[in-house]
Amino acid sequence: MEWKLTDNRPIWMQLSEQLTRRIVAGQYPPGAKLPAVRELAADAGVNPNTMQRALAQLENDGLAVSNRTAGRMVTEDAAVIEAVRRELARKITKEFLSAIADLGYTREDVLALLKEEEEHG
Amino acid sequence: MADSLICCRGLSKAYGQRPALQGVDLELGRGRIVGLLGPNGSGKTTLIKILCGLLRPTQGTVTVDGQAPGVYTKSIVSYLPDRMYFADWMKATDLFDLFADFYADFDRQKAMDMCRSLGVNPADRIKTMSKGTKEKVQLVLVMARKAQLYLLDEPIAGVDPAARDFIMNTILTNYNETGTVLLSTHLISDIERVLDEVVFLQYGRVILHNSVDNIREQEGKSVDALFREMFRAVPMEGGRF
Repeated sequence: MEWKLTDNRPIWMQLSEQLTRRIVAGQYPPGAKLPAVRELAADAGVNPNTMQRALAQLENDGLAVSNRTAGRMVTEDAAVIEAVRRELARKITKEFLSAIADLGYTREDVLALLKEEEEHG
Repeated sequence: MADSLICCRGLSKAYGQRPALQGVDLELGRGRIVGLLGPNGSGKTTLIKILCGLLRPTQGTVTVDGQAPGVYTKSIVSYLPDRMYFADWMKATDLFDLFADFYADFDRQKAMDMCRSLGVNPADRIKTMSKGTKEKVQLVLVMARKAQLYLLDEPIAGVDPAARDFIMNTILTNYNETGTVLLSTHLISDIERVLDEVVFLQYGRVILHNSVDNIREQEGKSVDALFREMFRAVPMEGGRF
């Protein structure tokens, strides 16, 4: 997965969001070792201090744990990951509903659209 | 900040009557990548040259790792000048020999490795190299030292955008963790992601010193956008075509 960074928001926030997505999507499974800060920073083309801050945020969110000897791992607590995943799904759904409502579609239309998309898309 | 690597107090420099720096107060810590940004003639190169000991301040004090620029600081400062100063009949490998003689912290093996990954043939003579390739060789020389302070004056100006990314990555992966990189450039958007903090210079004064993420958080825009806004050239009066 590529890193996507936009101009108008702090870089560490964007990094931490994208790392979060990787964890909830299972790219970094529960209990897996996360790559080293320098490695991640080089991959994203960002400053290691910025990546460090993004990873610290993951720890604050309970998604990652630091282990003195083994480095940084994804949490083994699947419930935490699932909760974050659900929250993200809610957010995306809300954004979708609000965008589609702006186009003048009702909830019924939306359901019909989804079904149509599933059949033909 | 007792442990700052660079400390400038009331630093001024004039070339004859012409002021280049006017009362610069600046502290920079260790392990940071700092962008020195400003329009042409704002004093970036002058500040860098004072830090590496090539110029003496007219007024004020400057210390690097607690010492005034001199023999000691030159052993811990690795400087990339804004122009090439090597004899062009030399090969890159000759330059490596030269640097190995001058600097105890020069890592020849690392220089060879960096050449390989940058696609430079170290056996080529400087005069046969393109502008961009020469810049890469200079960067290799500078980054292959294990210095505490890297002063890079316009490190990416002459290379193509793809090589720019590669050079920024080279800087990122090769500076040592306790070292600080101070680099001047106009090409802000290309390097914004790798910077910890930025210093804006204008008319020889520091007008802004903050972290990139703070700027983005407070201003809601990139450092590049902020720079363009602050230094927007005002069109000439009656400049209608």
